[in-house]
Amino acid sequence: MANLKDLRNRIASVTSTQKITKAMKMVSASKLKRAQDAAEAARPYAERMESVLSSLASSMKGQTGGPKLLAGSGADQKQLVVVATSERGLCGGFNTNIIKAAKLKINALIRDGKDVTIITIGKKGAGVLKRDYADKMVEHFDLSHVKNLKFDDASPIGYRLIEKFDAGDFDVCTLFFAKFINVLTQVVTPLQLIPASINTQGGTDLGRACYDYEPDENEILEDLLPRNVRVQLFRALLENAASEQGSRMTAMDSATRNAGEMIDSLRTTYNRTRQAVITNELIEIISGAEAL
Amino acid sequence: MADKLHFELVCPEKLLMSTDVDMVVVPGTEGDFGVLPQHAPVVSTLRTGIIEVHNGAGDAEKLLVVGGFAEVNPQGLTILAEFAKPLSEVDKTSYEAELKDLQEDVADAKDEESKARLIKARDNIISILEVLNRFAA
Repeated sequence: MANLKDLRNRIASVTSTQKITKAMKMVSASKLKRAQDAAEAARPYAERMESVLSSLASSMKGQTGGPKLLAGSGADQKQLVVVATSERGLCGGFNTNIIKAAKLKINALIRDGKDVTIITIGKKGAGVLKRDYADKMVEHFDLSHVKNLKFDDASPIGYRLIEKFDAGDFDVCTLFFAKFINVLTQVVTPLQLIPASINTQGGTDLGRACYDYEPDENEILEDLLPRNVRVQLFRALLENAASEQGSRMTAMDSATRNAGEMIDSLRTTYNRTRQAVITNELIEIISGAEAL
Repeated sequence: MADKLHFELVCPEKLLMSTDVDMVVVPGTEGDFGVLPQHAPVVSTLRTGIIEVHNGAGDAEKLLVVGGFAEVNPQGLTILAEFAKPLSEVDKTSYEAELKDLQEDVADAKDEESKARLIKARDNIISILEVLNRFAA
């Protein structure tokens, strides 16, 4: 028979766990709001950037010898995979999903005989990937000191990527992050950062041929493309932050509910056991009295 | 003037401004240019400098911008700036302090790579300070 004291202890411990998960849920709910606002505020910039770039890129289409960041280095042998995960755990399947998708891609690339290198952003992904690909991981960016992601936090990473690209360390760079759809759904998305994946089919830009460019198109593209890498990265990291909070909120919500169910069932067991003990004692007293 | 120019100033972090104004003076890489309503479509990169927003009578509103580009289309003027802040809120002393820090960092830099990066950051601050000095004078 389960000991009464043990049961009491278990109830106490599950209750305090529930308190923690509940608090975590509240905290991520408020953080989610902020992260979502930030992601939304960043949207106009990225969208405008994209529309200008796509109109520039479509006017450059067909010409050879465009900027490398757009046209690529002409090879795809050296692949860089950037995996953006969270700095903290306890956020449901968030990190696992990103890592799973990244691993799939990495394994496929290795099978194809490509040279793969990995850069991680965020502690959680680095820890897991190190187990399988320790020899391929070249760099890690720690954002644990960052509370609210600013553009200044993301741009050094972007600069570093461009530096590495210019040095010929990789030909294609793909970023893995979780796109925020809503609190319940986050979709892991691979985004090709370099060469820039720009929609050159922008049909809206027919009237744009009459633009004056100052300086000329090429120079503007040279200026914009590195900027675009940083902006895309920044945007992805913001989405990631929102996804992390959303995922944590859902996870903590279900953890709180599970803890509640567990407490209920433990309490029932506890009460039954308590009654059984009382009944037992009574039987002992009565049968003792009868024996006299 | 009945005609107004629709002006938007966007930073990576947020939409800073979205109003109708009379004229905006933009610090382009190849020189400042004023944008009035009905301006011909143009795309230009920016240098570190001051955007002047003229609206109605009175002094122009001035904003510090660092890097980015401007796009004029029939809908109006859009400036995408890496960094922008109203001149009145810019704290010159903090930049001076940052410059001093960076100069020390450059002197202490161990390898060429980080040195180059620090020098770039330093030059950036210097150009901001230059702009600030010119406008303070």
